Amino acid sequence: MNKKTIMNDPYDHNQPLTAGHTHANAPLDEAGSEFVQNTTTEFRQVAASSAKPCNHKSPCDCQSSANAPIAASHENIVENLIDEAVVRAVFPNDLKRREFIGRVGKGAAAAMIASAMPLGNMKSWAAESVKHSDIEKKDLSIGFIPITCATPIIMAEPMGFYAKHGLNAKVRRASGWAMVRDWGINKEVDAAHMLSPMPLSISLGAGSPQVPYLMPAIENVNGQAITLANKHKGVKGPKDMKGFRFCVPFEYSMHNYLLRYYLAEGGIDPDKDVQIRVVPPPEMVANLKAGNVDGYLAPDPFNQRAVYEKCGFLFKLTKEIWPGHPCCAFAISQEFASTNPNTYKALFKSIVDATYYSSDPANRKEIAKAIAPKNYLNQPVTVIEQVLTGRYLDGLGNIKNEPDRIDYDPMPWQSMAKWILSQMVRWGQIGPEVNFDAVAKKVYLEADCADMIDTLGYKQKKASYDDFSIMGKPFTPKDPLGYAKSFEITRV
Amino acid sequence: MSKRNITSIGSKYAPYLLSVVILGVFLLVWSALTQVPAFDANKHSADEIMMMEMNGDVTQNEAGEYIRNAGKLDAVPGPGIVFKKAVSELKAPFSKAGTNDHGIGWLVLYTLKRFLTGFLIATVVAVFMGMIIGMNKTLLTAFNPFIQILKPVSPLAWMPLLLYTVKDPFITSVLVVFMASLWPTMANTAFGVSNIKKDYLRVSEMIEMGWMRRFYSVVLPASAPAIFAGLRISFGSALVAVVPAEMLLGELGVGYLSWIEWNNLDISGVIFAIMVVGVVGFLLDYGMSKLAQRFTYTEA
Repeated sequence: MNKKTIMNDPYDHNQPLTAGHTHANAPLDEAGSEFVQNTTTEFRQVAASSAKPCNHKSPCDCQSSANAPIAASHENIVENLIDEAVVRAVFPNDLKRREFIGRVGKGAAAAMIASAMPLGNMKSWAAESVKHSDIEKKDLSIGFIPITCATPIIMAEPMGFYAKHGLNAKVRRASGWAMVRDWGINKEVDAAHMLSPMPLSISLGAGSPQVPYLMPAIENVNGQAITLANKHKGVKGPKDMKGFRFCVPFEYSMHNYLLRYYLAEGGIDPDKDVQIRVVPPPEMVANLKAGNVDGYLAPDPFNQRAVYEKCGFLFKLTKEIWPGHPCCAFAISQEFASTNPNTYKALFKSIVDATYYSSDPANRKEIAKAIAPKNYLNQPVTVIEQVLTGRYLDGLGNIKNEPDRIDYDPMPWQSMAKWILSQMVRWGQIGPEVNFDAVAKKVYLEADCADMIDTLGYKQKKASYDDFSIMGKPFTPKDPLGYAKSFEITRV
Repeated sequence: MSKRNITSIGSKYAPYLLSVVILGVFLLVWSALTQVPAFDANKHSADEIMMMEMNGDVTQNEAGEYIRNAGKLDAVPGPGIVFKKAVSELKAPFSKAGTNDHGIGWLVLYTLKRFLTGFLIATVVAVFMGMIIGMNKTLLTAFNPFIQILKPVSPLAWMPLLLYTVKDPFITSVLVVFMASLWPTMANTAFGVSNIKKDYLRVSEMIEMGWMRRFYSVVLPASAPAIFAGLRISFGSALVAVVPAEMLLGELGVGYLSWIEWNNLDISGVIFAIMVVGVVGFLLDYGMSKLAQRFTYTEA
């Protein structure tokens, strides 16, 4: 095999098809010729009878039945992805690869490669259990911010999920998002609780040094709210919020994007008609109490805390803006994941396990008690209980019951990543030339998480997440740039 | 005892008596201003009481009556509550309830470690630099613009730059303390060295002392009072800098404690943390002044 056969990004747009090249006369490159030479007719016959279906998209003379059903089950999708990835790796050049597959058939190509490379072993990465003795680094430090979004990460320590999977992980509290980002980049912590846009922004080098980051799982969906000061009890919608001073936890946060989306839908320009300041979540309540700000879109428990302190009320839960929106995530640097694969897998397992446990409503009260003490969230238990159980006071004299006020679902759908990137482009945080598909695929590990959920015996909450609407406007995952441009108020 | 002895004893302790009286008046005013009326359950409907209980405003005591929740305060806490908080924190000073929750004893030790490391490094560098610029007029004029520009910069303003380059929070906090305690010592050392009595220098010239010997026997002892005066000022400056540095870096320490209590809006905890910083500063300063007394002297 020549030296060029390194693992290429299959979506590498730097290798376009050469124009004007016809199929008939293109020669195979060195690797391809080698394969064909080493193949005997036997292989072709074996491959022909293999169960792998050919989708007949490229011209092929494969022997597999045209009526063979293309398996849509989760197992086969994963297997085919891996086959495809390996074939693409052997033949990085698109045209030559298609040539090769065209000549021998997809099934035969996969079988030939399987003869040289044990694909079977590669397919169940998640299913392989990690022996506790194989874990490279048992003592881990995981950064977190004391908010209920990180509940699975936090409660996994006192409730033993890390220990269950062989890790001795300690969660370390940071006081602001910039601190978590710096800890992650400077390797003060091995993994961290981050906002779901942060792994994207750090991998792109927006607002920080560029460090490739991975996001294997989302922590929570929903779980935020717009809280306003008590003097604004008469406010009905964005139009009444002109001139307000708002807080958000971080520039690259779902809070910022949701607040801007909500204001923009109401005709308010978030940069001209209101002031949006970045304030660490724990300080928001104090600022509200002191009258420095008119409201904020913050993670819980700081919305409920404002009600507790009698200085604010819950104006709108974010699940009313986008039901099921991602919020915070579990992030790990690519370097750590590749140098400590067993540790990474054990950590991934603990997080998904803890996330499903947190999602069960029966466990919420117990979890609230476990994460309230000074070592973790450092909030009164009743505030956290109200958030997690969904039975809460809204500050306007009502008791509300919204069990999915906060929910935990680990699947990092790539459509979510594309929405976040589209909003980053919309507000001018990154340029419009970003490659949405590539970045989303690289950072949001949708397939790995699906594998992990399956391995642990849980059921994915949603089969897919390709179409969703926010305040009535549907998102177009195939054209995120167009979506970003399609708003009335946009910077692109 | 004669009248004179009683009066002299009285006049020795009179100032301390006055301190106690000032403290007493302050505590009385403080508790008067933070009086909270007792909760009267009859004034509220059952629904309101249920919501207040859910909100943590009231709890039930053993008799089943509703009383105001002493753990939750709407305003600044009174001295009694702060005292209770202090007692509970000091009861287990060396506990470690988790990675983020260490007892007050440990926090003080961490803060002291940062503070003393930065302070000692700054002392060495400042005395050295101060000596050089004090003894040599040319160097003083040459370095002066840089010193004047860097001196007024708040030590906390260096923190982001240091964290970005150094990347380690402990070293960053030590360097912040270093930047805070450098200038007063340097300025005072330079002053002390340049103001050595010319007689001493002439005598050392006359007996042809070597440079080293002159340094140890003449320059250093002669400028010692000024150096120690500078050290005491630097000391205060460094302690003032280490507390906010901890808040911004998220490192465990006394500053971190006050920040965490603030995040939980636990004002009694914040007041307690402030008092701890004050007491620690007082004790260290007292120790420093005792040390300085051994090295200073008044000119005959």
